[in-house]
Amino acid sequence: MGAGHAHPLHLQRDSPVHRIAPEVKIAATVLFTIVVVLTPRTEFLAFAGYALLLAIVAALARVPGGWLARRATIELPFVLLAIALPFAGHGPRTDWLGLSLSVDGLHGAWNIFAKGTLGVLASLLLAASTTMRDLILGLDRLRCPQAFTQIATFMLRYLDVLADDARRMRIARLSRGYDPRFLWQVKAFAVGVGALFLRAYERGERVYLAMLARGYTGRLPAPEAPRPPVRQWLAAGALPAASAGIALVTVLS
Amino acid sequence: METTTAMHIANGIVDGPVSAVFAVLAAAALAFCVKKARADLDDRLAPMAGLVAAFIFAVQMLNFQVLPGVSGHLLGGTLAVVLVGPWVGALCVSTVLIIQCLLFADGGLTALGLNITNMALLGTAAGYLLVAGLLRIMPKTPGGLGATALIASVVSVTVASQGFVLQYALGGTTDLPLPAVAGTMAGVHVLIGIGEGLIAATTVATVARVRPDLVYAMRRFRKPATAEIGVPA
Repeated sequence: MGAGHAHPLHLQRDSPVHRIAPEVKIAATVLFTIVVVLTPRTEFLAFAGYALLLAIVAALARVPGGWLARRATIELPFVLLAIALPFAGHGPRTDWLGLSLSVDGLHGAWNIFAKGTLGVLASLLLAASTTMRDLILGLDRLRCPQAFTQIATFMLRYLDVLADDARRMRIARLSRGYDPRFLWQVKAFAVGVGALFLRAYERGERVYLAMLARGYTGRLPAPEAPRPPVRQWLAAGALPAASAGIALVTVLS
Repeated sequence: METTTAMHIANGIVDGPVSAVFAVLAAAALAFCVKKARADLDDRLAPMAGLVAAFIFAVQMLNFQVLPGVSGHLLGGTLAVVLVGPWVGALCVSTVLIIQCLLFADGGLTALGLNITNMALLGTAAGYLLVAGLLRIMPKTPGGLGATALIASVVSVTVASQGFVLQYALGGTTDLPLPAVAGTMAGVHVLIGIGEGLIAATTVATVARVRPDLVYAMRRFRKPATAEIGVPA
């Protein structure tokens, strides 16, 4: 478990952004995303401004652009839907390179692409600069109900257990000459899934009982961290504040 | 490709006001679930809830091909309600969605209310009602429970997909023909539901066979004598 607190999207760095308290970062990310989504889709300059803000944050967090770009491909399925929109939409149409495109569909596609990308990038920056443990701690300090943080804590611990057991079972299958392709992989998974579940549960149950024996009461003992200083709130608040400023200026002008 | 959209709605597909309404709706429903779940979340259910959440998280990463170019993943709502009950089940699925959204950038942050309404509320509610109803007439055996989970999965996934259609009708940012969206979503999701149902059915049947004490949905039907015996795997 010692090394299990990071996650695939976490980027170990020592930067001002990494040092900000998790609850502050979560609040800033949520507010920023709300501003982005509320921006009218034809305010193209505003979206450029948001992208610039995120680039500044990425530079401060020392997260490389290539790293962000590669992980942002998680968004691709959504963008695929967006590509279909200009062809399938209704309303007035425009001609571009001999293709008849719906204006509403074009705007819709831009809307999904721009807001989706900015949202994904903001979440990626949060993920890159926050460990899972800190994230749950942050949610807890933001008064997230204990039922949630408890489920989330166990979920993150069991994820490693599940992944390890699944890997062991897969290696066991492969070493017995099992080499399925395409849909037939599903069969082995489905046959073994119940066993995987039980194996993981019984491992996890032992961990849980050990935790209870050591005084676990439904909440992980958090080191008594002082409340984040006001300047952290101010520093992180600069992101949503600046984006709200951009939104106001572009909408009003 | 619309499949993936339904599983996880990104920012900007449904407009702001509708997203906000569903966010409020989802928050209110979840607050209710938290209240009801407190009674359920005992020593046995707490680690189970965590494992169910982790399991749902893991199987959501496993995409299976449904049609050429279309891949879908499980929602896990039915599995959750069978093993941990409706209230904790809804919380498990929501936890997965929130963590995916915050840490894995999967699904838009402002679309979280929409996603939770579809997958955690609509999906689990439909799944639970069906499981509770079907278990009255089905044989109370591992096989019967598996068949119940299969049927409930197909229906719950399809219902969840129609939740997206409703939200799109209310606040879609583009004008697509609605019957076509509804038809595509329903058709694809019946197939996904069958895949999900098979996985859920094998899982709950195995658990019911080896550790019947862990199956929430069977608590009502259990005879007191067998309740205390946990057969080690």
